Amino acid sequence: MFKTADLAYTYDGSFEGMLCCVFESYTWKETPLAIHSDTAEVGLLLESKWIETDPAKAERVLSSIPKRISPQAEELVRLGFYSNTPDKELLLLQFLQLGFAHGRKVMNMLADDTVNALNKAVQLVRREGHHYLGFLRFSVYGPVMAAVIEPQHYILPVIQDHFCDRFHGESFMIYDKTHRAALIHEPGREAIVTLEEWTPPEPDEDEEHYRRLWSSFYDAIGIKQRRNDRLRSSLMPKKYWKHLPEMKEGTSAKTGRLTPGKAVAKLEGGED
Amino acid sequence: MNLMEKLEILTESAKYDVACTSSGSSRSGQPGGMGNTVSMGICHSFASDGRCISLLKVLMTNGCVYDCAYCVNRKSNPTRRAAFTPQEIADITMQFYRRNYIEGLFLSSGIMRNPDYTTEQLIAALELLRNDYKFGGYIHVKAIPGADDALLSRLGLLADRMSVNIELPSQGSLEKLAPDKSKQSILQPMGLIKERINENRYDVVKYNHAPRFAPAGQSTQMIVGATPDTDQRIITLTEGLYKKYGLKRVFFSAYTPVVEHSLLPALDTKPPLLREHRLYQADWLLRFYGFQASELLDEKAPNFNPLLDPKCSWAVNHREQFPVEINRAPYEMLLRVPGIGVRSAQRIVKARRAGSLDFQALKKLGVVLKRAQFFITCRGRMLEGLKVGEHTLLRSLMSGPELAQFQGPQVEQLSLFDDAELSPLPAAAALPAAALETAITAEGAAFDV
Repeated sequence: MFKTADLAYTYDGSFEGMLCCVFESYTWKETPLAIHSDTAEVGLLLESKWIETDPAKAERVLSSIPKRISPQAEELVRLGFYSNTPDKELLLLQFLQLGFAHGRKVMNMLADDTVNALNKAVQLVRREGHHYLGFLRFSVYGPVMAAVIEPQHYILPVIQDHFCDRFHGESFMIYDKTHRAALIHEPGREAIVTLEEWTPPEPDEDEEHYRRLWSSFYDAIGIKQRRNDRLRSSLMPKKYWKHLPEMKEGTSAKTGRLTPGKAVAKLEGGED
Repeated sequence: MNLMEKLEILTESAKYDVACTSSGSSRSGQPGGMGNTVSMGICHSFASDGRCISLLKVLMTNGCVYDCAYCVNRKSNPTRRAAFTPQEIADITMQFYRRNYIEGLFLSSGIMRNPDYTTEQLIAALELLRNDYKFGGYIHVKAIPGADDALLSRLGLLADRMSVNIELPSQGSLEKLAPDKSKQSILQPMGLIKERINENRYDVVKYNHAPRFAPAGQSTQMIVGATPDTDQRIITLTEGLYKKYGLKRVFFSAYTPVVEHSLLPALDTKPPLLREHRLYQADWLLRFYGFQASELLDEKAPNFNPLLDPKCSWAVNHREQFPVEINRAPYEMLLRVPGIGVRSAQRIVKARRAGSLDFQALKKLGVVLKRAQFFITCRGRMLEGLKVGEHTLLRSLMSGPELAQFQGPQVEQLSLFDDAELSPLPAAAALPAAALETAITAEGAAFDV
C-alpha cells in the first residue's frame, strides 16, 4: 500500500490534470492528504506540490483503466469527475488504487467505503443529468434556440448526446451558468466551450405566446381535488423552478408549500 | 374561441386520463426530422397534484355522443365544448416539443359522430405530425372501441403506444355506469392491437424497414372507487391483462367525482388516493417482484390493508419463509423481503460476490433496515439487539410518513406519525385485526431469543 505523504497536490482542474495526479501518486508510491484544483480555495496548512498536466501521462492512466479494471470503471471515473463532491479527486485516486489492485472485482465491492462514496456521487450526477433532460427549457429566438441551466454538477457532457440527437437539425445553445460553460450545436457540429457570461435576450411575441399556452396547459392539467404540493416538490425540487416558465410567479397554482402564517393570510385575503 | 381557451377546455377534459408515461420506445433522431424517444421515458414537469407531465395530453374534442355516468364529457353534462383541428394539434405539439416542454403527444377524443369518424380524425392529426412535420417524438393514442379494424391498424403504425380504457373493473359496473360500452367492445380492440404487435415483430425481422406497430405496446386504465369492486377483483383482472393481452401497463385512477349522479358516490367524496397507491404497489409486485395476484389477496381478505403495504402484509402472513440469509438467498427471495427493492436486491447479489455482507454493508446498499431487520440474517445472525414486540414490529412496518401524503394534502401536516401507536389501526382494515394480532404474537414468540 502507498504511504501517506504529508502534502497536497495542486493541478489545473482538468480531467487530464486529475489523471496526472494519479500518475504522480504512482510514481512516488504516495497518497497525498488532499488534491486541489488551482481554481478552488486552497487550504494553507499543507505544503502543496504543483502537478503539471502532461497529455501523454494522462493517456497512459486513462487507457489502463478499461484494460486493468473495466470499461464501466472508466465511465465511473469520468462521471465522478463531473460531480461537485468535495475532495472528488482524492476519492477518484483512492478508487483507482483499489481498482488497479483488485481488477474488475472492484466494481462489485459496493460495500467498500470508497466504492460506495464514488457510486453515490455518480448517482447524483446521473440523477441531475436525467432531471435536466426534462426540466430544461429552450426559448426560441427566430432560427436559434437557447436554454439556461444552473446544475450543481457539471452535466453538460451527460446531456449532450441526448439533445444533439433530438434536435439534430436545429441550432441551439445550452448555457450552464454554474460552471460557465455552453454546449453549442448546429447541424453537423457540436462543442462544449467556456462562456463567462451570457444573458438571454428578451423573448419575442411568438415565444411569449407559446410560454403562455404552456403555462395555461400546466394549470389545466392538475386535478384540484388531488393537489399535493409536497409530492410535487419532492419530484420536481424547487431549485429547478427558476428556469421553468410554468412555475413563474404571476400564474395561479404556483405557490409552493404554504406556511401556516401565509395560509391564514391567504384565507383572509380571499384569494384562490 | 381562441387557441388558449381551446387548449384549456381540451386539457381540462383530458386530465382524468392517468397515463402520461413516455417509456418503452427507443428511437434516435431521423434525418430531416425532429425528435427521438428514450426507453425509460422522461418527465418534463410535475403538475400541482404531483403527477408527472410528460406528454401534451389533450382531447381532439370533448364533444361526445356517449353518456357514461362517471365521465365529465358525457353527452348530458352541460359543459363547454371545443375541438382542435389536426393542424392546431400538430402545431402546438411541434412548438412545445421544440422548447423541450414535452416528450410528445397523448391524443384522445370524445366520440364525434361515430367511432370510425373519430379514428379518422385522430389519424389525420398523427399523419400530419409524422409525415409532414417528420415528428420523431413519442405519441400515445387512444384506440376508440368500436372503430373499424383497418382504421385501428393504421392508427397503430403512427403511434408509439396505444391504449383502450377498460374503465370499470367488472361487466356489472360497466352496464350500470357506461351503458354504451361493454366488456366485449373494450376487449376486442385490445385483442386486435395485441395481434398486430405480434405480427409486426415478424415483419420487422423479415423486412428491414417495416414500419413499427405501437413499439411501446399498449396500456389501459380503470377507475377505482366509483363502484363496489374489491381490490382482489381489480388486481386479478390486472394480472389477467398482463398475461393475456401482453399489456405494458395498467393504470388506476382514484375516482374523482365530477358529475352528480344517483349511481355514483356523492360529489364531496374524496378521491380514494391511498387505495390507488396500494393498488400501484401491488401492480409493482406483479410486474417486478414475481408475485402472483392470488398470493396478495384472497376471498377472506379481498382488500389491501391501509396501514401496511402489500409486501409487508404478505411477509407478516408468511412468517414461515423467513428469515432469509442475505449472503445466500436467491434473488427472487431477496425481492420478497420488506425493505429490499429491485435495486438493492441487485446490489446485494453483485456485492456478495466480492465478499460476505453484514448489516452495515446492507445500509450502504440502500436496504431499509427498519423494515428488513425482522426478516433477514447476515452470516447466520439476526441484527444484534433486535427486540420484537407487537408494537415495535407494527410500528416499523407501518407506512408512517408515506401515509401523510394521502391525508388532507392541503394543510401542513404535523408529524402525527412520529410516535404512531396502535390505536389508529382501523377496525375496517382489510387484514382482520384478529389475524394481525395472531401473526404478531407468533412472530413475537419466534424472535424472543
